[in-house]
Amino acid sequence: MSDALKQTVQEAFNEPGCATNRAKPAEARKKGCARPLTPGAAAGGCAFDGAMITLQPIVDVAHLVHAPLACGGNSWDNRGSASSGPMLYKTGFTTDLTELDIVMGKGEKKLYAAIREIVQNHAPPAIFVYATCVTAMIGDDIAAVCKAATEAFGTPAIPVDVPGYAGSKNLGCKLAGEMMYRHVIGTVEPERTTECDINIIGDYNLNGELWQIKPLLDRLGIRILGSLSADARYRQVAMMHRARVTMLVCSHALIGLARKMEETWGIPFFEGSFYGISDTSQALRTMCRMLVERGAPADLIDRCEALIAEEEAGARAALAPYRPRVEGRRVLLYTGGHKSWSVVSALQELGIEVVGTSVRKATEADKARVVQIMGDETHMYENMAPKDMYATLKAAKADILMSGARSQFVALKARTPWIDVNQEKHEPYAGYMGMVDLVRAIDRSVNNPVWEEVRRPAPWEAARPATGLRLAATSQDPAPGPVNDPKDFEDC
Amino acid sequence: MARLTRPRRALSTNPLKSSAPLGAAMAYLGIEGAVPLFHGAQGCTAFAMVHMVRHFKEAIPLQTTAMNEVSTILGGAEQIEEAIANIRKRAHPRFIGIASTALTETRGEDVPGELREILARRRDFGDLKVVYASTPDFEGALEDGWAAAVTAIVDALVPEADPAARPEPTQRQVNVLPSANVTPAEIEEIDHLIRAFGLTPIFLPDLSTALDGHLAEDWSGRSLGGTRLDAIPAMARSAATFAIGESMQGAARLLGARGGMPVQVFPALTGLRAVDGFVQALMALAGTADAPEAIRRDRARLQDAMLDAHFQIGGLRYAIAADPDLAYALSSALAGLGAEAVAVITSSGANPIVELIPAEEAVLGDLGDLEAGARKGCARLLISHAHGRHAAQALGLPLVRAGFPINDRLGAQDICRVGYRGTRAFLFEIANAVLSHPHDAARPEDFGAAPIEPEFEHDRPQTAPH
Repeated sequence: MSDALKQTVQEAFNEPGCATNRAKPAEARKKGCARPLTPGAAAGGCAFDGAMITLQPIVDVAHLVHAPLACGGNSWDNRGSASSGPMLYKTGFTTDLTELDIVMGKGEKKLYAAIREIVQNHAPPAIFVYATCVTAMIGDDIAAVCKAATEAFGTPAIPVDVPGYAGSKNLGCKLAGEMMYRHVIGTVEPERTTECDINIIGDYNLNGELWQIKPLLDRLGIRILGSLSADARYRQVAMMHRARVTMLVCSHALIGLARKMEETWGIPFFEGSFYGISDTSQALRTMCRMLVERGAPADLIDRCEALIAEEEAGARAALAPYRPRVEGRRVLLYTGGHKSWSVVSALQELGIEVVGTSVRKATEADKARVVQIMGDETHMYENMAPKDMYATLKAAKADILMSGARSQFVALKARTPWIDVNQEKHEPYAGYMGMVDLVRAIDRSVNNPVWEEVRRPAPWEAARPATGLRLAATSQDPAPGPVNDPKDFEDC
Repeated sequence: MARLTRPRRALSTNPLKSSAPLGAAMAYLGIEGAVPLFHGAQGCTAFAMVHMVRHFKEAIPLQTTAMNEVSTILGGAEQIEEAIANIRKRAHPRFIGIASTALTETRGEDVPGELREILARRRDFGDLKVVYASTPDFEGALEDGWAAAVTAIVDALVPEADPAARPEPTQRQVNVLPSANVTPAEIEEIDHLIRAFGLTPIFLPDLSTALDGHLAEDWSGRSLGGTRLDAIPAMARSAATFAIGESMQGAARLLGARGGMPVQVFPALTGLRAVDGFVQALMALAGTADAPEAIRRDRARLQDAMLDAHFQIGGLRYAIAADPDLAYALSSALAGLGAEAVAVITSSGANPIVELIPAEEAVLGDLGDLEAGARKGCARLLISHAHGRHAAQALGLPLVRAGFPINDRLGAQDICRVGYRGTRAFLFEIANAVLSHPHDAARPEDFGAAPIEPEFEHDRPQTAPH
């Protein structure tokens, strides 16, 4: 790791805006917040992956991965961030380094030529150049190449110096924010600003989730000036310094960026979530209050309350018919971030029982909230190995699993309904209408006749105990309660 | 369960059904050395033949009694005799299957009587089996004509077994009467299932060797394969008769009565539950409580496919237009994964299986009803034969082709949606059609969001590179 990168990583770990970090003693803080990975029992993405997740949804930028094929080639076009316009972000650009390129040290030249080709063929507003393990290790100076290319071609080439081995996916998200702070934010001035301009950081418009929220903002006259990076244009990232308020969407990864923007340009930020009815209302309230504090018309607050009342009533009315169809079902939540339990209360309102939830990336405050919502700690899991999860589901301790795609097949092989609530999912669940969509998805899944079908014994099993049916609880089930198991296979 | 409704109107818009004589001709083509013969005007035959040629991509040896104005008035017996004589000379068939048409039925000829008289008189026709089925165009659909032809074949060629002097039944032989929608590839799949349990099937008819699309060594002018003629009387000695499709109920009962054997009708072989029922019957017949490893594996793979495909098929709103047996087979399999048929259009009121189609209503209608029903029910997928493409285009929906004709695609004979394997392929086919649907990409306006401000867009030309 280069000295510059080392220092960047160190700074990222020492984040005064982060509650988790503040709670640690000084010695622990120095070690940073990335847990060391256990060889042979690790899963989840690398820092490069995290940087791509954060930046790739910027839709008009050419994202160029400087690496041998695997980094870009095995990962491109695999996320559901939606664009309302340009589609260049979906194009997989990579320098595809060969053995000869690496041995002969041709990486930098090839990168420079690749940037030129992109400018010639696509004329994007900017090119983001991603460093990776190999190109960092052989010492390619992507910052220098980007500088030269920017001067030569007149299109900003932005170095994203976040090689995979720097750390976890979460660290990559942080560093991607830092790269935007250093190289992009503040480089373009908007033609006009309004008193209701906001930034939204940490939302990626998965399958259009931003658009489930945007009509609410449209009605309140709130304009999304800056976005990192839901349906974002490069210019919107570059103009972020002119917004009045920043909303940080359920993400601790980008809190450092939000804090720095507050320090540099005086833009206050708040953390909020658009998952679940009450969280959505809370986010809108906070947003409006802070805008008014910064000079927006005072009636914004009243209009916001009226909107909330209307939308909440509409959502509850839309949810009511589903209550008899989902009531009494038991859900096991397994996901990172705190978005999962921001829907817990909404699910409970419909009579769904949440039998367990993971608290892997939760802060102490988040955990306290889970205890508050769910009664006690016995339903919190730190990590659950796939085998244990399979046993839990097979023993019918939950009727439905809500998780990310990696545990999809644990649920399916246990003949248990599964709902995707992570970033690879195919349906948007944000805001009031998203909550209705989520409950509709739960209804559709849990009441699908396919479960009864696949649990039916085969004709040759008819006379014997039905192995296709669900077993009674056995002693193999994992003990409930927080367990610190490094076998973390479901990452956010 | 569907209530059959018949729209009160004069006009049929984009017809769904193919007529009964065509179904009869198709069934006759599944008999070895056959030439089907339409008793009607030349045009009846030409249209039906071209229809089948375009579906199977094969030469179809369909002949006609070429009724003219005079013979229509005076009676067509001479035309039949002449046609048989000419076909014998030209194609040397071993079997001629006659299907009546609307023309001759409207006139009201006693063809069975005439035929008896002709065959008694013409000793030179003795090497030939001639079968007649009454299939007026104005009654029923393709599957009805097919069923009528098979019933006629059984009636004419399967002798009544004498209960006293009856030889020991061949216990490992089973009769299978597939309905009109069972494709050549599906017969192969059913054959594979039956043989896996050590049983030997006789299919009547058997399109799997006749219209499977193979390059023959010679030009025969007859069907290219099919049920062997000597196998048909032997069906009386089978241990059981299975019918695939409710429309074959009558033919199966007749065959069962001729041979004094048990009869079981399987309304469909698509879907886990349906195939399980068939396998259960095979196990009972074979006297085993076990199934071969390959069958077990196929079932486990279907279960997995169902789990994979339920994400797309669960809650899927679709519209289907097909003959009753096919509509039932496909819609009941999809219902097992939680799909919702918002419009079911079917072609024949004669088949009681319509009432078991998992939908509120089944309309005895046309492809115009399919389009209207799909639009009204907000369907996301259509299932119909090739002519459904116009509705699909008008609605911007994917079309999964099923039934007859499929004349705008190749390989209609290879479509296999029965058995554990065929069901798996079918579920993937439906799920993939949903996945390929362009509506999947979300747009801001879908949610009522305002478009992004033009100022944010990158519109300035870049400096030319050096």
